[in-house]
Amino acid sequence: MEFLVSATNGSIRGSRWLLLHSVFVFAFLYLPIAVLIVYSFNGAGVGGFPPRNLTLDWYRTLFSDGAIWESVGNSLIVAAVAVVIALGLGIPAALALDRAQFPGKTLFRRLVLLPLILPGIITGLSLLMLFNEASIKLSLLTIVLGHGTALISVATTEVFAGLQKLDRAQEEASLDLGANYWQTFLRVTLPNLRLSIIGAALLIFTLSMDEIAVSFFLIGRDNTLPLEIWGRLRRGITPEINAISTIIFVFSLVAIVLWYRLRRSAEGSPEVAAELIETAVQGAES
Amino acid sequence: MLTREQPVAALEASATSSTLLDIHKIAKSFGKNVVLRGISLQVAEGEFLTILGESGSGKTTLLRIIAGFESATSGELWMGGERLDRLPPYKRRVNTVFQHYALFPHLTVEQNVGYGLRVAKHSASEIDAQVEQALARVKMTAYAKAKPSKISGGQQQRVALARALVKRPQLLLLDEPLSALDANLRRQMQLELKSLQREVGISFVFVTHDQDEAMVMSDRIALLRAGELEQVATPREIYSRPATSYAAQFIGHTNLLRADVRDGVAHCGSLFWTSQLPDGSALLSLRPENIEVAAPSGVPGKVRFRGKLRHKAFHGASELLQIECADGLLFSVRTEARSDWQGELEFEFDPADAFPVRNSEAA
Repeated sequence: MEFLVSATNGSIRGSRWLLLHSVFVFAFLYLPIAVLIVYSFNGAGVGGFPPRNLTLDWYRTLFSDGAIWESVGNSLIVAAVAVVIALGLGIPAALALDRAQFPGKTLFRRLVLLPLILPGIITGLSLLMLFNEASIKLSLLTIVLGHGTALISVATTEVFAGLQKLDRAQEEASLDLGANYWQTFLRVTLPNLRLSIIGAALLIFTLSMDEIAVSFFLIGRDNTLPLEIWGRLRRGITPEINAISTIIFVFSLVAIVLWYRLRRSAEGSPEVAAELIETAVQGAES
Repeated sequence: MLTREQPVAALEASATSSTLLDIHKIAKSFGKNVVLRGISLQVAEGEFLTILGESGSGKTTLLRIIAGFESATSGELWMGGERLDRLPPYKRRVNTVFQHYALFPHLTVEQNVGYGLRVAKHSASEIDAQVEQALARVKMTAYAKAKPSKISGGQQQRVALARALVKRPQLLLLDEPLSALDANLRRQMQLELKSLQREVGISFVFVTHDQDEAMVMSDRIALLRAGELEQVATPREIYSRPATSYAAQFIGHTNLLRADVRDGVAHCGSLFWTSQLPDGSALLSLRPENIEVAAPSGVPGKVRFRGKLRHKAFHGASELLQIECADGLLFSVRTEARSDWQGELEFEFDPADAFPVRNSEAA
């Protein structure tokens, strides 16, 4: 059990237990995904082991399934608009948190970051009640509003981390060289935040694409992709679902890897984000 | 309001036409922390003025107030008959070279230098011509297309200079621009900066904590201590005629002698000499190089003392000896470098070289 303590200098290579343990953990994490992917190519459909007659038939069926593609289109629209809303409100919030001093700033910070840890079911239910009260018909618009507001905290966290790393002397240099505040923001601050903003957009897009809890409450007649899949599951698992899930998995993986690499290349400080989340948690508890 | 618009400082400024910047009773506090206590200082046209001080003396704050990044708690800044401190930084004809250069990492060297002209909406051809000229002046033409992260600290320094100078400021502020460079490059850049300043003929206000740097480069030094000006004078004057004990110690080495003057005779430990100073206690600054090994035959008018060699520091051409007299007095003596200094030695100095200074501790 020496690996529990980081200060040990002994080798843990010899530990068979650790190896076995790792295999189990990884199997638990990735076996279901592997099964899903493999069976999306299985000629015999979802049943039958081992999989045989590898085929692309399910993908062909998928591509001719109008309802699925309509829901994909809906999801893309929702995600894109959610990105715009979340960034549009998250960037100013991050700027305020980084630079402005105002009474109630701590409260403001906690309130902005609270949705990050708020269960989706709460966000969804409360928005549903609000829309009901305001007699707004449920539609894609309500989902967009739900996603957008729930994900502001993600945008704020990412952009705030970027602002913390920004060298303030650069902005001073810009003012010094005759650029006014707007010019400085557009020519120096924003380009420096580029990576944070792209990263936030990717993350928000991915989160919105597979969001189900908030959407579930706010859905109108147009389904988003996760809800469409969920709806079909009630009629049993079809290999077609496996195929679309595989595609989603690959896209999410690409987006996350992209986001992670951007963060790394921006010499990101995940600690800042972690600290913010911590404050939000404290805020929720108190 | 109108009467406040025309303070004495402005009249004085117009009276001496060569004054470019008039710093008038500038004070600054951050909360309860008082950083500057009423600084008044004039910068002449074409002058190289150094604000010298230890960290925490307020020198950078003063520079930032001139640049416009901080506002003074009270006091006024005048430049060319205009209240400078009421203008935002981007409207001041003042440019800054930052301590860590603050080059824009997303722009090339060329774009960095052209930034100020671009935001001022100069024509593309004019920008190109001026940027080329500015880069040539700092010998950075070869790196025009490079990103700042790809060039060395010394090179970034030059780009930062070019970027500030291309705006043709009336005043250039430099915030410890050489502190990040290693010693060799630093000496070279000191000389380059000085000759560049002569060439372009604009006023430089240079902030540093390094007294050697201040001595080498400046026309005048403003010595700042705990938010107050200790002395403003040329390097030679501040060295040979320090106003205070702090100035004497901060600029070069010195021996501070506490003397008691009675009836025209100064007493210091067991030493005494005739003095013009008024009766009472006096603090005297005696530079180590003004003490010599005693000549075999006594020189009239010189004060002699004997002491044991406690310590010696080799400085190449010279050596700094630490001498302890029998009565406990300690002297620093600068002599020619010899390997055989040892034991008890005899020295002498001319009492005229012991320059009276104000006690900074009491102030």
